[in-house]
Amino acid sequence: MAQMNLLQAINNALDIAMTEDDSTLCFGEDVGHFGGVFRATSNLQEKYGKSRCFNTPLVEQGILGFANGLAAQGSRPIAEIQFADYIFPAFDQIVNESAKFRYRSGNEFDVGKLTIRTPYGGGIAGGLYHSQSPEAYFAHTPGLKIVVPRNPYQAKGLLLASIRDDNPVVFFEPKKLYRASVGEVPEEDYQLPLGKAEVVKSGADITLLGWGAQIETLEKAADMAEKQGVSCEIIDLRTILPWDVDTVAESVCKTGRLLINHEAPLTGGFAGEIAATIQDKCFLHLESPITRVCGLDTPFPLSHEKEYMPDELKTFEAIMASVNY
Amino acid sequence: MNTEKYQQGRVVHQPEYIDGLSVEIPILKILKQDGSLYEGAEMPVIDQEHALRIYKSLAFHRVLDERMIASQRQGRLSFYMAALGEEAASVGSAAALEDEDMIMAQYREQGALIYRGFSLENFMNQMFSNEKDLGKGRQMPIHYGSSELHYMTISSPLCTQVPQAAGYAYGQKLKGKDNVTICYIGEGAASEGDFHAGLNMAAVHGAPVIFFCRNNGYAISTPSTEQYAGNGIASRGVGYDIKTIRVDGNDILAVLKVTQEARKYAVEEGKPVLIEAMSYRLGAHSTSDDPSGYRTKEEEAKYAEHDPILRMKNWMLAQSWWDEAQDNALVDQYREQVLAAVKVAEVIAKPPIEDLISDVYDVPTPALEQQLSDLKEHIKKYPEAYPVTAGRIK
Repeated sequence: MAQMNLLQAINNALDIAMTEDDSTLCFGEDVGHFGGVFRATSNLQEKYGKSRCFNTPLVEQGILGFANGLAAQGSRPIAEIQFADYIFPAFDQIVNESAKFRYRSGNEFDVGKLTIRTPYGGGIAGGLYHSQSPEAYFAHTPGLKIVVPRNPYQAKGLLLASIRDDNPVVFFEPKKLYRASVGEVPEEDYQLPLGKAEVVKSGADITLLGWGAQIETLEKAADMAEKQGVSCEIIDLRTILPWDVDTVAESVCKTGRLLINHEAPLTGGFAGEIAATIQDKCFLHLESPITRVCGLDTPFPLSHEKEYMPDELKTFEAIMASVNY
Repeated sequence: MNTEKYQQGRVVHQPEYIDGLSVEIPILKILKQDGSLYEGAEMPVIDQEHALRIYKSLAFHRVLDERMIASQRQGRLSFYMAALGEEAASVGSAAALEDEDMIMAQYREQGALIYRGFSLENFMNQMFSNEKDLGKGRQMPIHYGSSELHYMTISSPLCTQVPQAAGYAYGQKLKGKDNVTICYIGEGAASEGDFHAGLNMAAVHGAPVIFFCRNNGYAISTPSTEQYAGNGIASRGVGYDIKTIRVDGNDILAVLKVTQEARKYAVEEGKPVLIEAMSYRLGAHSTSDDPSGYRTKEEEAKYAEHDPILRMKNWMLAQSWWDEAQDNALVDQYREQVLAAVKVAEVIAKPPIEDLISDVYDVPTPALEQQLSDLKEHIKKYPEAYPVTAGRIK
C-alpha cells in the first residue's frame, strides 16, 4: 500500500494499463510531455514513447473520432478531454458513433476498448466551463458505460476496470478531489467491478445516494443527522450507466426513504431516473417522497458557487424533512 | 516549431495577399471518352485480368443500382441510394488497394464493396434487413459492413468516419502493418467539422490514410457553389500539409493511377494523402429525392455523356480485351442474378426479437433483459399487432 492522491492513483492505473498492453495509448490536449494540465499522464510519454502518449491538436471531436478509429482497429485508446465542459464538441462521436458501433454493425465491429477520461464537477471556482457535471446527457445513451470514482482507491480500481471493459466507458474524475483526496492505494494491480454500487455506511432510517465528490457531502450531512438521532445509509453509485438498481432498491426497501444528491442541475439530472425507478420498485416501502438535492437549474455560476452547490447543509435539511414527513 | 519554418519564406515590403486560385490544382486525365488515351498519359499498373475484374465490378454496380431503384419503386424495398455516374471513383480506387486495407465509406461507395467481393446475397440480406444480414437488420439499406472484407460498417452521420479513419490508420501503423485506410466522403460532408478534425489529426500524427473525396457537384439539392467558395476540396489538403491531387473521377485509369501512388506513399512515408475525384451525381440523391426540383434535364444529359462505365468499355474494346456480345451477355446475366436474389432475400425471415437487445453492450444488461422479457409478454398478448415476431416467440 502507498499513500496516493487521486491523480497519482489515476496515473498509476494508466501506467499499469500501458505496461500490460502495447496497444494502449493515452492522448489528448497537453497529455504528452507536459503530462496533462492536471498531471494525470505524468511521465507516461517518457516511459512509453511519443507514439503511445501524445498531444493532439485542440479538437475534441477529432480526439474522439481518432479514438473510435483506434478502438475499431483493435488498439486500446484512453482519450482525455481536458474538462468535461468541453466534451460537447465530441458528443456526436460519442453518442452516434462510440455508443452505437457494435449494435449497428451486428458486432462486425466494435469500440469496446475505448475509455474516455475527463475531469468534472465544481468546487474549484471554475465558473460555467470548468465545473460542469454532464453525466446525465450520456446516461440517455444506450451502449455507453459511465463511471465516477470518489477517492484514490476507487479511481485506480474503477479506471483499470474501465480500460479493460469491452464497452466504451466515459470515466468522470472529480477534479476537486484530484489533490485533496489522499488515501491508501495498493501498488499492485486490482479492479473494482463496474455496474456495482457500494454501501459506504450502513444505516436504518434513510438511504443517501450519490457519486463522486458528493459522497463527502453525504458523509458530512449524515454526521449532522446522526447527532439528531437519524441513522443514514450511504450508497456510492460508482457506475451511472448501467446502474445498480438492486443495491439501491434493497437499501430503500429497508430504510423506507431515499435522498439523491448530485451537483448537476435538477431537471433532467440522473436523480430523476433513479427516483422514478425506485418508486416503481419500492412503492409499498416508501414512507416519504423521494427527495433530490441537486444543483439549481442554472448554468454553473462563479460568484454564487457556494450557494449553487448541493452542500451538506441543504442535504441535512432534506434528510430531516424526509424523516419528519 | 513550425512557425519558424514559415518565417523563413520570402520577405516582402508591400502587402501581397494570396487567394484560393493562386494555388493551381491540375486535374489528372488518362482515358478519353472514346476509349483512347491522352497523349503522354502515364498508365497505372493494370493487366487484362485486373481490368476485367474492374470492368465486371462496374457493370454489376450499374445493374444492381438500376434493379434496386426499380425494386424500391415497386415498394419491395424501403430505401436505396445509387451511385450512377460515379462508379469509377469507388471501384477504381478500391482496385488500387490490398485486401487488408481498411475501407471506410460514406454510403455511395458500393463499388468498393463489390470490388472486394461482397456477395450478392450479402447485399440483398442487408437491404431487406432479414435474419441473414450481417448487421442483424438494424440499419437502413445500403449501410453495409463486413469485418471479413475490411469494410467498416457505414453509419448515416456524415463525415464521422474521417477522424476515425485517421485513428484506424494510426493503429495499423503502430502495429507495423503495411496497410492503409481509405476514407470516402462527398464534397458536402467535407463541410462538416469532422473533416477538419480528421485531416489535421492525420497530418499531425502521421497516419497512412487516403482521404478520397467524391466531388459530384451536389449534396442532396445543394450545389457545390453553395457548399464552398474555395478551389474545391483539394485546396484544403495543402493547408494541412497533406499530399493532395485532383483527378477526373469518371476516368477509371486516372483514379486507379492516383490511388496506387497514394497507397505506396502512405505506406512508405506513413502519411496521409487527399484525392479529390471530380464527377457528377447522375441519379437522385436517394429514392427519397427528386432532382427535377433543383437542376435541369439538360445539365443531366450533358454529364451523362461522360459515363465512366462506357468510357472503360470503350477502352476494353479498343484493347480487344472485350466485345459487345460478351458485354450484352454479362449484363443479362447480372440482371437475372439480381432479380433472383431479390426474390430470395425478401422472403427470408426478419431477425429474431432477441437481436433487438443484443450488441448494445458486449453482454445485455439486466435492465435490457427485463425490457426484452416484458416486450415478449406484451407481444404474446397482442400477436396480431406484431405479425413479424408474434409467431416466433417462445
